[in-house]
Amino acid sequence: MIGRILPPLLSGTLFGAGLALGGMTNPARVRGFLDLFGDWDPTLAFVMGGAVIVMAIAWRFQSGMKQPLFAPKFALPDRSDLTSRLVIGSLLFGVGWGVAGLCPGPGIAALVVEPSSAVIFLAAMFAGMGLVRIFEKAA
Amino acid sequence: MTLPGFPDAAPLAGLGGGILIGLAAALMLLGAGRIAGVSGISARALGISKTGMSSSSAWSFLIGLPLGALIIAFLQGGIPATFAGPVPLVIAGLLVGVGTRLGSGCTSGHGVCGVSRMSNRSVVATITFMAAGIATVAIMNALGLEVLK
Repeated sequence: MIGRILPPLLSGTLFGAGLALGGMTNPARVRGFLDLFGDWDPTLAFVMGGAVIVMAIAWRFQSGMKQPLFAPKFALPDRSDLTSRLVIGSLLFGVGWGVAGLCPGPGIAALVVEPSSAVIFLAAMFAGMGLVRIFEKAA
Repeated sequence: MTLPGFPDAAPLAGLGGGILIGLAAALMLLGAGRIAGVSGISARALGISKTGMSSSSAWSFLIGLPLGALIIAFLQGGIPATFAGPVPLVIAGLLVGVGTRLGSGCTSGHGVCGVSRMSNRSVVATITFMAAGIATVAIMNALGLEVLK
């Protein structure tokens, strides 16, 4: 039971600290990064770069492991098909990211930065997720 | 430290934050054997998705996000932030919710975990949402749409 709580809780806490330290919980900074053709702020390139480098090393370790440290087996995505659904979804997500400068992780971490704004964003985000589920059930 | 030509950039804080995010995702991968993708974990926690880690693991991860931000707020004496107004927040939230479910991930799952694994789906998703975000901000600026309060 502890294995199901502590590793994800510690991971989430490190994640939230990284988002806040890196400036991702500041929509003005995120939109500054996306403002490539205007007053560009490169900070987020350092955030993504740092995260990707550490994770690239982690994948090296993972390839030599039979099972994770605190779970019986790895459960990882194995799809490699490129679909229009993937592209359209990512396109819509990117537009939303650009409009308000928030993606899911920073949106949740922002509950302690500006709760009134975070709650509005998250309510709409979960409504959007729920809509997809409803349409999928109907289809 | 500042970057020449970019007085507002915070490269060291950015790099430090990125390394923490990478360590978080590495702990999820090597410890729990799973991808630290926030949109998928959120959907799992709320019962919108039935696959993935246990609901208790999903909630534990999600509770950590504001907790970690709170620790930085204490250490730094606050977190500077400027948010958009309610109308753009609703529009953005809906698009992010629909888009991340259709696209099977967001900045964390695709952008960090998938790109570092060189998954072709994640590389395509990341290029697409980055380009869409850049185009959206450029178009909004060209139209004079100011969303930040």
